[in-house]
This record gives sequence, C-alpha cells and structure tokens, in this order.
Amino acid sequence: MTTTMEKRRAESYLGGEYGIKSWFLTQDHKRIGILYLLGLTFFFFLGGLFAVLIRLELLTPAGDLFQAETYNKLFTLHGIFMIFFFLLPAVPAVLGNFLLPLMIGAKDVAFPKLNLLSWYLVMAGGLFAFWAMVAGGVDTGWTFYTPYSSTYANTHVIAAALGIFIAGFGSILTGVNFIATIHKMRAPGLTWFRLPLFVWAQYATSLIMVLGTPVIAITILLVAIERLFGVGIFDPGKGGDPILFQHLFWFYSHPAVYIMILPAMGVISELVSCFSRKRVFGYKFIAFSSLAIAVLGFLVWGHHMFVSGQSLYAGMIFSLLSFLVAIPSAIKVFNWTATLYRGSVSLATPMLYALGFIGLFTIGGLTGIFLATLAIDIHVHDSYFVVAHFHYVMVGGVVMAFLGGLHFWWPKMFGRMYPEWAAKVSAVVIFVGFNLTFLPQFILGYLGMPRRYHAYPEEFQVLNVLSTAGASILGLGFLLSLVYMPWSLIYGRKVRGNPWGAKGLEWEVVDTPPSPHNFHETPSVEEPPYNYEGEYTAAEVAHA
Amino acid sequence: MFEDFSLFPEAASSYAGDIDAVYIFLIGVTVFFSTLISIALLWCMLRYRRREGHQAQQIEGSLLLELSWSIVPLLICLFVFGWGAKIFYNVLTPPKDAMEFYVTGKQWMWRIQHPTGQREINQLHVPVGEKIVLKMISEDVNHSFWIPAFRVKADVVPGLYSSIWFEATKVGEYHLFCAEYCGTKHSKMGGQVVVMDPSDYQAWLDAEPAGVTPVEAGRLLFENLRCDTCHAAGSGQRGPDLAGRFGRSVTLADGQTMRFDEDYVRESMLEPTRRVSAGFQPVMPTYQGQVNEDQIQKIIAYLKSLEPEVGDAAPER
Repeated sequence: MTTTMEKRRAESYLGGEYGIKSWFLTQDHKRIGILYLLGLTFFFFLGGLFAVLIRLELLTPAGDLFQAETYNKLFTLHGIFMIFFFLLPAVPAVLGNFLLPLMIGAKDVAFPKLNLLSWYLVMAGGLFAFWAMVAGGVDTGWTFYTPYSSTYANTHVIAAALGIFIAGFGSILTGVNFIATIHKMRAPGLTWFRLPLFVWAQYATSLIMVLGTPVIAITILLVAIERLFGVGIFDPGKGGDPILFQHLFWFYSHPAVYIMILPAMGVISELVSCFSRKRVFGYKFIAFSSLAIAVLGFLVWGHHMFVSGQSLYAGMIFSLLSFLVAIPSAIKVFNWTATLYRGSVSLATPMLYALGFIGLFTIGGLTGIFLATLAIDIHVHDSYFVVAHFHYVMVGGVVMAFLGGLHFWWPKMFGRMYPEWAAKVSAVVIFVGFNLTFLPQFILGYLGMPRRYHAYPEEFQVLNVLSTAGASILGLGFLLSLVYMPWSLIYGRKVRGNPWGAKGLEWEVVDTPPSPHNFHETPSVEEPPYNYEGEYTAAEVAHA
Repeated sequence: MFEDFSLFPEAASSYAGDIDAVYIFLIGVTVFFSTLISIALLWCMLRYRRREGHQAQQIEGSLLLELSWSIVPLLICLFVFGWGAKIFYNVLTPPKDAMEFYVTGKQWMWRIQHPTGQREINQLHVPVGEKIVLKMISEDVNHSFWIPAFRVKADVVPGLYSSIWFEATKVGEYHLFCAEYCGTKHSKMGGQVVVMDPSDYQAWLDAEPAGVTPVEAGRLLFENLRCDTCHAAGSGQRGPDLAGRFGRSVTLADGQTMRFDEDYVRESMLEPTRRVSAGFQPVMPTYQGQVNEDQIQKIIAYLKSLEPEVGDAAPER
C-alpha cells in the first residue's frame, strides 16, 4: 500500500503517458493549459513578426518597403493574431486552465471534455485565420468596419472572420467551464472571500466571455451574410445602417479589452502578495473592483464612436461612464502599491514584471482618461495616441502580467527553474524597449499622425525612428525568453515543493509538478488567503 | 529628418487652445500620479527589501485610504468630464452664421465645393477669421476628415451627413488627413488646408472658375428632375410645398415628428415612401441611381435657401 502511494506521488501529470495521443486527447486541465501555451506562443511570435515588418516600413516617411496593400494586410494580421489568438486567451486559457482547479482544491474543471474542445476550437480558428493569411491576407483592419469589409474589400475577409467566429466558441466554453468550476468545485472551507484574487478575476472574466462573445459571433455572421448574399444590413448603399456595425462590434470588443486585462490583474495580485510576503492590501476592494469593471465595461462601448456620427448626448453619457470605469482600475493600482508597504520585498523576475505592469498600466489607464475626455478625443481619435494607449494596456499590461505569471508558475508547471539572470535581463530589456517603442507614439498622435498609415509626412520621422529602435529592443527581449524558457526545461535547476515560499493550495498542497489528479486527498481550507503571518527564514524563501 | 521636428502641433483654430488646455492639464495629472506610484514602489523596494532579519508586518487594509483613493480620482474624473463635454458641445454645434462648404469623400480623395461654386480636390482654401461649416458625406466607405492644426475631426460615412465647423485663426498651410481606414490608399487620402487673408481668399476665388453656386445648381436640378411639379407652391399639392421647410419639424403620416434636415431630404429622395409627411400619399418615385451625392447636396443647398412664401402659416416648431 505504501509503495503504491509512493509511486503515485512520484508520478506527475507530465509523466505517466507520453504519446502524442495522450496529449492531444487529454482531458487534464494542466495538459490543456500547456497545449494552449504552445499554440499561443506560435501566434504571439507570428503577430510579433508582423509588428517588426510594420515598424520597418515606418522607419522612413515614404511607403517604400511594402506596397500599400501589403502594409494594410500586415497591420490587419498583426491585430487579428495578437488580439484574438494571443491576448484574449493568453491568461485565462494558459494560466487559468492550469491553475484554477489547483487554486480551489479541485481535481479538474467542471467539464474536462468541453475544456479540450475549446482548445481545438481556438486552434481551428487560428488555423482558419492562418489560412486566410497564406491565401493572400485580409486588409480590413482587425475592426472589420463596414461597409469596407462587407462590400468593398477584395481580400479574404470571410475566412479571417470565420476564424474569429470559431475561436469565439472556445472562449464561450472556457467561460462556462470556469463559472461552473468556481461555483461548484471549491474545496470544503474555501469560501468566496478565501479565494485567491486570481480566481475572482477569472470569474469576472468568464462572465464577460459568456455574455459578450455571442454578440461578436452574431455580428460576424451578419457581415458574412451581407458580403455573400448582398442583404443590406450595414451598407447604406443596400439599405443598411452605416453606424450599426460599430455599435455591435464595440459592444463586444470593448468588454473584450477587460477579458484581456482582468485576468492579468488577477496575476498581479498573486505576484505582489507573494513577493512582498504580505496579505493583499484591500482584498475585498480588489475582488469587487473586478466585478465592477466587468459590469461597467459593458456600458462604455460608445467611447469608440465619439466622432462616428453618434449623437452629441450619447457621446456625453458614454464619456461619463468611461470615466467611472477608471475608478475600479485606480483602486487596484493603489492597493497593489500599498501591499508592498512594510513587506519583505523580493525582486525576483516575476516581481520585476509585476512592478513593470503597475507602472505601465498606470500610464495606460491614465491615457485612457485622455481618450474618454470628449474634447481631446475629437483630436486624437484614430491617431497614434490611441495606438500607444492600447499598447500600454495590452503589452505593458497583459503581456507583462502573462510573462510574470509564467515565470512565477513555471517551476510548478515543469518542476524546473528558469535561469534567473537571463530572465532579469530579458525583463529589463522588454521594459526599456517597450517604453521606447510606445512613448513616442503618444507624441506622434497628438502631433497629428493618423493610425494605419503606410506613408506619413516627413516631420514625423524622428519619433518613428525612435519607435522602430524601441521595437527592435523589445523584440530582442521577447526572443531571449523564447530561448531560455525552453532551455530551462532540460537544463534548469530541478524544483520540488514551494520555491517561493508562496501561499495558496497550488503551492502548499499540490506536488511540484502536480500529480495527474492534483490532490491526493481533498484539501480543506481553514485560513484566509495570503496568510503570510509568522516568521520565516531566508532558506524558506530561496529566491530572495 | 530633423527639419520641422516638433513635439507639439501648431494651433490654428478658435477652439484649439481650449482642447490643448485640457490636454496639458491631463498630462499634469498623469505625470503626478505615475510619479507618485513610481516613488512609492521604489521607496518600498528599497526600504522593505527582503534581507536577513527583516520580517514583513501584516496590515489588514484601511477603509479611510480606500475611500480617499476612490473619491479623489472620482472628483478629478468628474471635473475633467465636465470640462471636456463643454468644449465638445461647442465643437459639435456649428454657429448659425457660418459659411457652408460641401465635402464628399470617396476612395481616395476629398471633393470640396465652396458656397460660391468653386471646386477643389484634396485642398481646402479658407479665409482666416471666418466661421466655416463643412457638410460631409461619403460615396463609398467610412472616411474621417481630420485637420490636426484645428484639433477637429469627424467621420464621413455613407448614408449619413456629418459636419464640422471651425474658425481658422492663423494664416498658413496645414495637413488634411483621412483618419478612418478606408482601403489601399488610405494614407494618400489627404492634402492641405490653406488658410488665407480674406482679401487673398477673394483673389483666389476670383482666379478659380466659379461655375454655378451650389444653390443655383440645386435649383436647376430641382427643375430638371421635375421635383417642382409636385413640390412647388400651388402645384396641385401632391407633395408638400418645400419653401421654408428646412430646419423645421415635420409631422409624419404615423404621427411621429422629425426634423426636416439634410438626412431627411436625402432619405426622401432615395426612399421616398419610408417617412411620408402627414396629409400626403406615398406616391413619390425613388431617385435612387438618378442622383449622386454631390447632386443631393446641391438640392439640399437649394432647399435651405428657399424663404417661406408670403402669407404662409406660422412655422411649426
């Protein structure tokens, strides 16, 4: 009896079965998380390649590297792959899948088969979009505005849109799965206010996924119906409404921003707490601010349309609501900062990313206030100011949090530690490169450079050269992680147990790397989250 | 590459300074809060760095702090919202006495007509110190008319009129861009706005072939398309008399009321039976395919110019 127990303990979810089939037909949430990681990494670097090509074209004012149509396809594909096939699924599908059951003391998610299906859907969607790219590309911008997309574009609009449509079902299923799992499968004693904030964030995110994604699916179908059968829905030339598409599109796509950033905020709460060895300051305020963002996020879509022909008073209401959604984000930033106070602050790589996130997200959020301000938006709408703003939120926010989380849970996932020095270099290079890329774009936008321009007036060149230089540095930073992370799987220091001295079921109870069924016996929870009370020694928190 | 390099755009319209003021205020707010957060983080990183013999002290949180960092940002937000909304209202509400220009966007050019009839493409000559309103519509996809030096922009969409107004304050040449992605040559859809002294503007107008004014062209179209058989005074009353109707409200057959504006005129020409004035039969044929956007704009200009007939009933409001 004891020997079989021992044997089972030694076995991790990575071992046991090795074959291709055991991975592609797995229902284990951890393996599905790893499958997502592989797929999304591919799409991230594909999207990154397009970004490099865009920045190279913009090195000079003349449109001389690519033809205009090629350039238009590049920024469209950059947007589609980065948003729909990396940013949207990144934190929920990779980290959420891997961690959610571990954090709540469950053996798996509520519907393991649906979970596998959602991976296949996202990958099928990605491959559709990939096919659209190989077949000749699509040039509508990731926003697919009608009537350009439905009547005028001659590129592979339907294939790309269908890819997003299919991947959307993956998103809905993941949302349903997480909601059911969080409601029904928490360990005994794990009350709502004992949940890690990452779980709260996943819950809020899942609500948006389930409520919002069907709207984009319907919208895409309507575009396809207009394009294929000439039914007038959006094109006024056919009797449609010229503004309707934008309402439907942003009704999903604004909340989608919160699908990306909310789980990233959940990661930051975990990192800040662990690397300060402190309870999160204002736990309930952070938890409820996630829900407030999820709800308010559905009421602000019109701020993308201040100059679109929407009425003056609609503009004012959407502006006011957009200011209100800034408050819960501000609450989070202040609470994370306060968590460090009187802590024991370690600057291990995940914490570097978390600190980078707080700084960059603060700038990203505050520049959002500029755009919510009606007077300023008239001028900077559709300019590089907007481009800079959402990259501060999406890259400075989501990508930083994703990388921070990936480093933090890497030893839990693979039982090996990444090389700390390389990771720190990479984190610093990414931070510097990022700022050099996108700070100049704020200035460019206010100066008057429109987005999606293949060629631009000469007086904008200096700032564009700076931006391209920054992008090269940023790209090197990402490539460095692409080298040392896989390297560490073979050569990294072996880790067992809890290398960070972190709290939470996934660190304190689950094996490293986890066994196939996560818990040898159902854990019961008797303490508040982030219970870092008590003395500790340097050896217990090795990475000080 | 460093010629003309600058970090802040030229301001050349009456409201550009108002918009810049909010912008600069918000830069101040951003610098203040990001510095505050950065200093707090850096100080904690140094003061409470993890080291032998140093232990974290647990703190539960503080309602007072939570309230203050919710309420203070909220108050700043409400203030900036009100400030921005006030300027927005001004920028979106054209003054009554403005000169009316007509703009048509199409892939990939701007066609512009002056009130005196002169036409230009991708160039807009305007006199300094005059209030000018642009009435804009697109023939194909969405475009957006942006003059950064004036800090003004509006989307130009098919099937719906939009407008911007401005008063240029500085003589010079400024960029005109299309800001809404509109296809292959999006980045080439632009040109210059040339702001001139009123006397230079007059000289420019005199040198350009004027053709007919939009109002006159609209009158000719109104006759050639035989609109006047039903819509002129005493024409047998198959359709309403349109003199002096523009800008008033119309009562529809189903009892609803709406404004008799650019969009209503355009819709009534293209889909005449959709919203019929009360007291009339839906008998008007469509002019879809017989008139283009430029011609519709001229008919609108003509209808706007019509004074109510003498002895007409008091205007409905």
